Amino acid sequence: MLKDEDRIFKNLYNDNGADFNSAKKRGDWSNTKEIFSKGKEWIINEIKLSELRGRGGAGFPTGLKWSFAPKEIGSRPHYLVINADESEPGTCKDRDLLRFEPHKLIEGCLIASYAVNAHVCYIYIRGEYYNEGQKLQQAINEAYENKVIGKNASGTGWDFDIHIHYGAGAYICGEETALLESLEGKKGQPRLKPPFPALIGLYGCPTIINNVETIAVVPTILRRGGQWFAKLGKPKNTGTKIFCISGNVNNPCNVEEEMGIPLKDLIETHAGGVIGGWDNLQAVIPGGSSMPLLPKEICDTIKMDFDSLVEEKSGLGTAGIVVINKDQDIIKCMARIARFYKHESCGQCTPCREGSGWMWRMLERMAKGEASKDEVDMLMDVTKQIEGHTICAFGEGSSWPVQGLLRHFKNEIKKRNNFNPIIKENKNIPYLVDQHLLDKNA
Amino acid sequence: MTLRKISKEQPEKFEFNQENFEEAKKIIKKYPEGKQQSAVMSLLYLAQNQNDNWIPLSAMKYIGKFLGMPYIKVYEVATFYTMYNLTPVGKNFIQVCTTTPCMIRGAYKIVDACKEKISKNENELSEDKTCSWMEVECLGACINAPMMQINDDYYEDLDKEKALKILDQIISGKKPKPGSYRGRLNSEPENNRKTLMDIKNA
Repeated sequence: MLKDEDRIFKNLYNDNGADFNSAKKRGDWSNTKEIFSKGKEWIINEIKLSELRGRGGAGFPTGLKWSFAPKEIGSRPHYLVINADESEPGTCKDRDLLRFEPHKLIEGCLIASYAVNAHVCYIYIRGEYYNEGQKLQQAINEAYENKVIGKNASGTGWDFDIHIHYGAGAYICGEETALLESLEGKKGQPRLKPPFPALIGLYGCPTIINNVETIAVVPTILRRGGQWFAKLGKPKNTGTKIFCISGNVNNPCNVEEEMGIPLKDLIETHAGGVIGGWDNLQAVIPGGSSMPLLPKEICDTIKMDFDSLVEEKSGLGTAGIVVINKDQDIIKCMARIARFYKHESCGQCTPCREGSGWMWRMLERMAKGEASKDEVDMLMDVTKQIEGHTICAFGEGSSWPVQGLLRHFKNEIKKRNNFNPIIKENKNIPYLVDQHLLDKNA
Repeated sequence: MTLRKISKEQPEKFEFNQENFEEAKKIIKKYPEGKQQSAVMSLLYLAQNQNDNWIPLSAMKYIGKFLGMPYIKVYEVATFYTMYNLTPVGKNFIQVCTTTPCMIRGAYKIVDACKEKISKNENELSEDKTCSWMEVECLGACINAPMMQINDDYYEDLDKEKALKILDQIISGKKPKPGSYRGRLNSEPENNRKTLMDIKNA
């Protein structure tokens, strides 16, 4: 287990208040000016040295992302945008950071904006987190009052402003280019890449977009050194991470742990074990709903970091762990996730718009045992037609969980859905696609 | 994608009241000059709050003029995002999360509670016209599942009885305390906490 002194988020459960003075006692804002005096290059290098990877799902190296921003401000201003549009089912880490560690985020914003030459930062918060946004606004106001941000922020000579922008219930706005569209006051439909936002982003200006957790760990990394962060976890998968453990566990919780911790340890130590014991475990979704699920055999030994999970054809994603025990119907669980994706597809690309609904309808039928056995392979085919054929990663996000289900629970589906497509009796299936196969005279 | 329908009955006219007018001016200042279109989402929220929790077409036209952008662009935004109500909803608007992490912890029992107390179908006003409920996708409080959102507040760690009690209070015009209903501190593992104990006990 990670030692308490190595935990970055000491107020994760709000034991002693989120206000400016309490945050200062925890070490926030203590030597911001000193960090600034070491220069942009040093900051970016230190982040590169720490091997910090983005905590929003894709795991892109943060230092590298920052270095893509133009070194000098040209005719267009630079922007920093914080993605707090946390909507991935199974993930609720950013909510606690916004509520309880807002000053870590604000200080991180200030440092990051300096590193990427931005004077303005927008924090895009999902609309449902209205109360959390208000708490963050309170913290921002406090920061302005204490002159740590604003004109000549923290006495560094750097002018810096933060604004909050509320979303309005669109999951897709967590995709960075959709977020920019939304911030510009349009529908949140992703843009084609390239051009990448680092060069042409918000209002056509260079923009760096980072997740809340990524930015909130930055001040601590710079204070304690990139080396310290790199020592935690495994090479290329360094540092600590907030894991959200939900579903069929005895004590669902958020907990900060070292990267590469075995999944079993995480569930047994912190979440009080699976309901009904470890042997009652059916499957685990390791990284938010977009990541393919893992059956129990893999869960026994899997380590929670980016690379180990990719080896098992899954991913760390946002580290939202959803535990599903044997009391649940796994097909129904996945059908519900498919419904989520059907609901949230932005409708821009045909494969995703039509395919997400198609997968949902098929899975609902499979859960009831109303699908024919050929449809199991057809479902796989549909997922392959979506994956890689869309503008943004939503196509992968919606088809991977279904592929994961087919990879590990195909027999379960086949056992339940084994009738021949040519139906002898007139079964009342109103949405059967092949109506002509119904034997009318039977 | 979701099917969004606008209300058949539309008020003739919409205008911001003085307070919201000032607020709207302030919001526009957050964005660079000439980029006032960015404020459209916040302004739609203002309109929604002013107009009993839903947005009429006249408000979209008004906001379009206010920001100097075509009406159709405002309409696009209002119909794209699901948090803008385009038809009248109750003054107490209850949203129950039923996505998988909540579902496997019994979210459909909360739905049953809503059906019992408010209305048989979602998006239907209760008998006294003050409440309505709907199923929504992930609200981002998965470790506090099952949960529901009433207006801006999250009610967490529920079961059917607790939900019924909360709904009773809401219907009788009170505002129950938001947060966890199992008495746990935010997102800590209850009775099983092993981290940061020094800070907790300090």
